Amino acid sequence: MMLRLAPVLLVILLVAPILAGLVMALLPAFGYLPALGGESPTLAPWRALFAEPGICRSVAVSLASGLVATAVSLAVVLLYLAAVTGSRLDRWVRRLVSPLLSIPHAAAAFGLAFLIAPSGLIARLASPGLTGWEQPPDLLIVQDPWGLSLIAGLVIKEIPFLLLMSLAALPQLDPERRVAMARSLGYRPTLAWWKVVAPSLYPLIRLPVFAVIAYASSVVDVAMILGPTLPPTLSVSILAWFSDPDLDMRFMASAGAILQLGVTATALAIWWGLERLVARLMGGWIARGGRRQGETGLRIAGKLWILLATAIAFVGIGGLAINSVAGFWRFPDALPGSFTASHWVQALPSLAGPMASTALIAVVSTLLATTLALGALENEQRTGRHPSRALWLLYLPLIVPQIAFLFGLVVVMEQLGTRPTHALIVFGHLLFVLPYVFLSLSEAYRRFDPRWSQLALTLGATRNTLFWRVRLPMLLAPMLTAMAVGLAVSIGQYLPTQLLGAGRVTTVTTEAVSLAAGGNRRVIGVWALVQACLPLAGFIIAIGLPKLLWANRRGMQGVP
Amino acid sequence: MTIPHRLDLRDICISLDGQALVELEARIGPGEVLTVMGPSGSGKSTLLAYLAGFLAPTFRATGQVRLDGRDISALPAERRGIGLLFQDPLLFPHLSVAGNLRFGMPRATPDKAARVEQALANIGLAGFGDRDPATLSGGQKARVALMRLLLSAPSAVLLDEPFSKLDTHLRHEMRQLVFDRLREAGLPSLLVTHDREDAEDAGGRIIDLAH
Ligand SMILES: Nc1ncnc2c1ncn2[C@@H]1O[C@H](COP(=O)(O)OP(=O)(O)OP(=O)(O)O)[C@@H](O)[C@H]1O
Ligand SMILES: [Mg+2]
Repeated sequence: MMLRLAPVLLVILLVAPILAGLVMALLPAFGYLPALGGESPTLAPWRALFAEPGICRSVAVSLASGLVATAVSLAVVLLYLAAVTGSRLDRWVRRLVSPLLSIPHAAAAFGLAFLIAPSGLIARLASPGLTGWEQPPDLLIVQDPWGLSLIAGLVIKEIPFLLLMSLAALPQLDPERRVAMARSLGYRPTLAWWKVVAPSLYPLIRLPVFAVIAYASSVVDVAMILGPTLPPTLSVSILAWFSDPDLDMRFMASAGAILQLGVTATALAIWWGLERLVARLMGGWIARGGRRQGETGLRIAGKLWILLATAIAFVGIGGLAINSVAGFWRFPDALPGSFTASHWVQALPSLAGPMASTALIAVVSTLLATTLALGALENEQRTGRHPSRALWLLYLPLIVPQIAFLFGLVVVMEQLGTRPTHALIVFGHLLFVLPYVFLSLSEAYRRFDPRWSQLALTLGATRNTLFWRVRLPMLLAPMLTAMAVGLAVSIGQYLPTQLLGAGRVTTVTTEAVSLAAGGNRRVIGVWALVQACLPLAGFIIAIGLPKLLWANRRGMQGVP
Repeated sequence: MTIPHRLDLRDICISLDGQALVELEARIGPGEVLTVMGPSGSGKSTLLAYLAGFLAPTFRATGQVRLDGRDISALPAERRGIGLLFQDPLLFPHLSVAGNLRFGMPRATPDKAARVEQALANIGLAGFGDRDPATLSGGQKARVALMRLLLSAPSAVLLDEPFSKLDTHLRHEMRQLVFDRLREAGLPSLLVTHDREDAEDAGGRIIDLAH
C-alpha cells in the first residue's frame, strides 16, 4: 500500500540528499574530485582556505552573529510571553506574528537596511533637528564590520518563528494554572511565569532554537544584504569561491563548506554549554525564592522589545513601499518630494518571468510536501502507532547548514549529468518546505478528536471515506495554513534556487538579492516589496477560503 | 427494518498489564437492553471500545463477540455492524443536518432524500435538513444523533452514558425515545452508565462491574 511507504519516503527524501551532499563536499575538501582533476588526497584546499585574508574574522562574525541573534530573539520572546496579560496590545502582537513570519528574510533585511542606512528613514526623521546632518553622514551602519546590523536583521525574523513555536508548545504546559498556583504562594505574575513556566517551556522549543542557531550562523541572503563585506561572513565567502569562474576554487569552497559545518557545530556546542550555565543560574534564582524583585523591569522589557522589533519590521516594509514609488527625495526630508510609478512600470516586464517561476516552484513543492505529510500522518493514524522517533530527522535540513550540503548536492547533480531545471529546484525546496509543512500539520492532525474517526467507522465509513469526508474537510483550515507556511518557505529560499538552478532559473528572491550589490533603492524597493507580498497571498487564501466555504457552518468557525 | 439480531458476549476478559479489568459473559436478544454499571475507571468505556473494534493496543482481550452467530472479534470497526452512541451528539460540524443523516446510510439505500425527510419528521424535526447542526438545541442534536445511528442500519448498538450531559427533563424524554426506537428496530443494545435511573428506564438486565 502506498500509504505505508509515505513515512519511509519522507525520511529518505530528507536524509539521502543531505548525506550525499555532505559526502560530496567532504571529498573535494581533501582534494578528491576526479571530474576536476583531483585524484589524490591532499590538504592543499585547507592550506588555501586558511591563507585567505580575513578568514578568521569571517568565522568569528558567523559564529558570533549566530549565537547573539539566537540569544536575543529567544530572550525577547520569553520576556514577551512572561509579560503577556491578555491586553489588547498582547493580542495585537500575537495576530501580527503570522504575517511577520511570512515575510521572506531578504525582504525584511532590505526593509531594515532602508530604515537604518545613513540616508534611511531614521536618519531623515532625526535630521537635521537632532543630528544636525544636512548631508547623509559617512557612516558604515548597514554592513558594519561587527555584523551588528546582520544580527538585528536576523533577530527581527527569528522572533516570530520562536514565538509561534512557543505558542504551539505552551498549551500542553497549562501555564495559567501554574502561574495561578505560584501567585497564590505570593509570586508576582511575571516572575511566576519565569520561575514555573519558562523552565518547562524551554525543552519543548529546544529543536527550533537549534534550528535558529544553525540558520543564523550560516545564512547567505541576509548576510549579503546586511552583513560585513571586507571580509564577508564565512557563508558568503564560500558562495563567492564556489561561483568563481576558476574551477580550482571549488576545492577551497568545499573545504569552506566543511569549515562552515564545523562553525555551526561549534555554535551549537557553545549554546549547549550556555544552556547548562543558565540552568544553574536559573536554578539558584528560583531556589532563592524572590517574589517581587524585578517584576516591573521584566514586565516593561517584555512589552518594549517585542514592540520595537515588530514595529521595525513593519516600518521597514513601509519603507520598501515608499522607496518603490519615490521620485526625487532630498536628504533630510522625511518623505519624497514627488512620487512616480516609473520604477514599477520599468520593472514590470522583467517581473513576470521570475514571478511565474517563483509561484510554480512554490506551488509544486508545497503540494508535494503536503501530500507526503498527509500520507505519513494518515498512516500513523491508521496503524495506531505512536509518532516514530525517526521524526527528529525532519529537523535535519533545518540544522545542517544549507551551504554545507547544497554544494555537494550540486556536484552530485553535475556528476549525474542532471541539468538545472525547475524540477531540480522543486526537489531542493522540498527539503526545507517538507519539515515546516509536516511540523505545522502534525499538530492539528494528532490533536484531532479520535471520537470523530470512531464515530465515522461505526457508521460504516471505510478508512478512505473517513479521510476524504471527515478528516480532510474538518482539518481544512490547519491544512491550508500549513500550505501557506510551505509557500512562504519556498518563496523565501535563496541558496537552493541559486545553486541548483546554476543561476539560470531566476525567482523573485534571487533577483532581489542580486540587486543588493547595485544599491539602487528604487528598484530594490519594487522587487523586495513583491517578494514580501507573494507569501501573503497564501495566508490570505488560508484564512479566507475556510471562512467562505464554511460561511453557514458555525461549528467550523472556531476550529483553528 | 426489523430483522431480529442478537449479540453474544462469550468469556470476554480485558486486561491491562496482566491485571483483569473487565470480565463479562452475556447474551443480548433482539430489542433487549443490557445495562452495565460500574464506578469511574472500572473499564466501561474500555469494554465498549473493544466491542466496537478500537481497543487501545495497551490492553489485552480474550473471548468471542458473536453477532447473529458470526464471530466478529477479528473484524475492523467499519465492518462489524455495531453502532455507537456517545456522550456528546458529535454531529459533523461541516455537514448539514441532512448530510449528517446521510453519512451513515448504506450505499445501496434507495431514495435517500425521502428517507432523510421522513426520519426528520419522525423525530419532530421536519424541514430541518438544511440547517447547520451548530444551530440546533442540545435535545435536537441528541435526536439527530440517534436518528443518524438508526439510519446506518446497525445490527447492534452500544451506548456510552448517552444521557449524562442532558438536563433532567430532557434526559427522561431522550431515554424514552432512545429505548423505544431501539426496541422497535429489534436491536440488541448494551448501555454503560453510572446512573441507576438510566438502568431502570432501560428495563433490561443490569450487570454490575464492581462485583
Ligand atoms: N489508552 C489507555 N492506556 C492505558 N490505560 C487506559 C487507557 N484508557 C483507559 N485506561 C485505563 O483503563 C481503566 C478503565 O478506563 P475506562 O475509560 O474504561 O473507565 P470507565 O469505566 O469508562 O470510567 P468513566 O466512568 O470515568 O468513564 C482506567 O483505569 C484507565 O485509566
Ligand atoms: Mg467512560
